[in-house]
Amino acid sequence: MIGMAFVLTYCVFALGRIFFQLPGADRKRFLVSLVTPKTMLKNVRDIFCDCLLHVKIWKRNKLLGYMHSSIAFGWFMLIVVGHIEVLLYTPHRVKLFYYPIFFRYFVAEDEHTMKGEVLFFLMDFFLLVVLSGIALAMIKRLRSRLFGMRRTTRPSLLDMVGLYSLWAIFPLRLLAESFTANISGGSFLTRSINHLLTPLLGDQASVLPWWWAYSCALGIFFVVLPFTRYMHIPSEILLIPLRNAGIKIRNARKGLAKTQVYSCPGCGLCIDACPMSVQKANTRDTTVYLNRQIRRGNEKRIEEISDKCLLCGKCTAVCPVGVEGDRLRIAQRSVRRYGINPDYTSIDTSPLTVDSRGKVLYYAGCMTALTPSIKKAMESLLRKAGIDYELMDKDGGICCGRPMWMAGRIDQARQMMKKNTEIILSSGADTLLLTCPICYRIFKEKYRLDGIRIVHHTEFIEGLVSSGRLALGAEDRTFVYHDPCELGRGCGIYEQPRNVLRKVGSLVEAEKNRRESICCGGSVGSLTLGFDKRRVITQNALDNLTVASPDVIVTACPLCLDTFRRYADRKVEDIAETVDRNTRTQTRTS
Amino acid sequence: MDNIFGFKLSPSSTIDMDKVDFTLFDKLHELEPDAWKCMACGSCSATCPAGTFSGMSLRKVLHCLQRGKQKEAVNMLRCCMLCGKCSIVCPRGINTRHLILSICKLYKED
Repeated sequence: MIGMAFVLTYCVFALGRIFFQLPGADRKRFLVSLVTPKTMLKNVRDIFCDCLLHVKIWKRNKLLGYMHSSIAFGWFMLIVVGHIEVLLYTPHRVKLFYYPIFFRYFVAEDEHTMKGEVLFFLMDFFLLVVLSGIALAMIKRLRSRLFGMRRTTRPSLLDMVGLYSLWAIFPLRLLAESFTANISGGSFLTRSINHLLTPLLGDQASVLPWWWAYSCALGIFFVVLPFTRYMHIPSEILLIPLRNAGIKIRNARKGLAKTQVYSCPGCGLCIDACPMSVQKANTRDTTVYLNRQIRRGNEKRIEEISDKCLLCGKCTAVCPVGVEGDRLRIAQRSVRRYGINPDYTSIDTSPLTVDSRGKVLYYAGCMTALTPSIKKAMESLLRKAGIDYELMDKDGGICCGRPMWMAGRIDQARQMMKKNTEIILSSGADTLLLTCPICYRIFKEKYRLDGIRIVHHTEFIEGLVSSGRLALGAEDRTFVYHDPCELGRGCGIYEQPRNVLRKVGSLVEAEKNRRESICCGGSVGSLTLGFDKRRVITQNALDNLTVASPDVIVTACPLCLDTFRRYADRKVEDIAETVDRNTRTQTRTS
Repeated sequence: MDNIFGFKLSPSSTIDMDKVDFTLFDKLHELEPDAWKCMACGSCSATCPAGTFSGMSLRKVLHCLQRGKQKEAVNMLRCCMLCGKCSIVCPRGINTRHLILSICKLYKED
């Protein structure tokens, strides 16, 4: 009783606070989305699939999926069926929300007076489902590998209290209902236990303590709920409509960020996913611990965790509730204040502008400048395909701003973006070609370049090949393609490079690929990871890539190329180099 | 004084090391022990894209800070784009981006 009342008031307050923390425009957008039929439908579907059935976890691991959905869906059905019982037999009591929970205690009836056993059967069936889920959860605590998880989260003290009371609720409910099964009715489970127990503890006096124990466990669980990871149960229901309304993180701790932090169920899927977890010392710097520290307000740890991250975005990709670990970290970085604030307004863009009306403007970017082989191969391909192009940063240009953005210095990044936008717009080009996924992502996501096609070289080459402007020959080698974080998870480009590679040789896959690909470890996302600490991460990523023993590792990012090249035991090259080597005839069509 | 027979007097560039306040500099090295690793090879300056616009050079920044010429250092850092090229080319494996951010945190613009 107390537990329930407490939790409900807490949730209402929290809801109100988060709602008012949203910026005005977002608030309006959220409300509009709530009444739009399409998003309404999507909300209901998502809440049902994610919160109750846990479809995303099913896809990952069947046993883990069953564990989660049995507890959530089973409990939900217990509540629903419980309410139906009350509605059918004691309609005047429906207003008392505690009544269905303790129904069996209050009502002394049996199936003969209650028109059939269907409801009793359902109650027992779903109780069994929940109990099986809890048994699995107990096994998971001991042997998480059975569930496809190498490491799980270490629960905090209050999490433990919540966990044990949750575990206790259902066995106690079973016992309590069993004790009263001969009075108030039961089905296959509670009945048979009742038969077992009556000879042992036939005394009716033992009924009350079990019901008490059951209600205590329930009460404890609900009272600690807001302070434990189980807060994800109510917050996720808020997070889903917010996400479907298209709201983005605008404040490090308020609004959507706060909802995400509280929606983290602490399942620990991000621990195995994190590329830094190859070193045991880093497992405590994964997203699940970031969320916990933000809840606690431990500023020192928050800074440590958010600065270390490579921002590869894999935790976001695997998260079953949709906590955006990378964006959350950038938001934490953005609240920091610096004594020195760079200012680029004095840079004159006119010498950097090249007249390229109707042409392709090729912006190589900082990283490609350090790997000239990519630039050379790309230029050669452009010439072979007969495409008119200009180089935007022949003698050095302005950085795209993405590394600055990742460091959380959004204003400085915006200044650079403004300068680059000026250059590109006044050049008159109709296509902007990029060979670096880091640049590509920010150009795609943040720049406003209306009318200009922004294209990564993997897409561009695929286009050239499929339109016949480049004629490819095949070579007798096997390739493996490494998905760069910013290109794959960041921009969703997975198939284009693979389509091209299949034409020049045989393509094998890495153990973990596409959305699950492992960061090379060279990312500019991490601020504090030193050079020496990244080596293990790179080695791990290389081991993942070479399981099918390919001859060549192909990637589409200059930074990945540079990082892998240092430690790889075989050839590493950019897709532009591979294609350039295998382009036979020069077809001039333009 | 200006321009006598094509020559001019420039102000003294002597630095009185006794008068320089090194507390911030020491603090920086506490935060960034890696900074001691720098051997002033200039790889960072050679690759720096901001250098083409402003003369930014991490090697010089460290040099200036060491000599107490904070103002010059700060002016150079105001042009850094944090692109991370310097950390890739650094032969000593210094995490230059974090070093730069630390300097930006400790020192102030005048």
